[in-house]
Amino acid sequence: MSENVTPALVLDLKGLLCPMPVVKIAGAIKKVDVGAVIEATATDPGVMADIPAWAKSTGHELVKMEREGKVITFWVKRLK
Amino acid sequence: MSEEPQKSVFLVMSGDFDHAFAAFTMASTAAAMGAEVTMFFTFWGLKAIQKGNLTGKRFFGRMVGVMNRGGIDRIGPSKFNFGGIGRWMFKKMMKDEGVVSLPELRQTCIDLGVKFLACNTSMDVMQITLDDLIPGVEAAGAATVMAEAQQAQSQWFI
Repeated sequence: MSENVTPALVLDLKGLLCPMPVVKIAGAIKKVDVGAVIEATATDPGVMADIPAWAKSTGHELVKMEREGKVITFWVKRLK
Repeated sequence: MSEEPQKSVFLVMSGDFDHAFAAFTMASTAAAMGAEVTMFFTFWGLKAIQKGNLTGKRFFGRMVGVMNRGGIDRIGPSKFNFGGIGRWMFKKMMKDEGVVSLPELRQTCIDLGVKFLACNTSMDVMQITLDDLIPGVEAAGAATVMAEAQQAQSQWFI
């Protein structure tokens, strides 16, 4: 899916550690329209657990998350 | 998900670096996850929201002020402080790892709309006024915190 969607916003969260990736995503999601997708890259392995938890609590969708070496890329969709 | 926003209440009692760090980390995260967050700072916890100027009007109050001066930047860890060396060491280690600093984390909480309350009894006892605290802090008492905690889904004592 992510391959077909043009992200409305691309965020570089590499080097940031907990809690900042979640804080940055929370700020960014308010800046895009409902239905839009944000693409983010991070290096904190904590995001593997924390971004799904954030999505579950806030009701936004974690479309996809993938890891290549140290870099984690994920796509979140604003649902409301 | 749920219609009503979640609420989280933090009672911050400790003035130690590690405890303040945990408190601001969890509070900023709660706010980032859409919760309404209130932090109530009492006793040593007040140090995390002090400007850092000397406080106290009378002798004992001034003594507390001298011992407790410097605000959030002078907070030491609960263990391994070694008269300030530990504070410097932990700050350096965290900076090297790219962890956000404690003042930045506090500012993040403010930016996310976290409400800061200061215990007015602690303020009176320690002779700390609202002018000694960072802008935006309101004074409140136990009933205010209890009323908020009873409405909250998560309550934290740090």
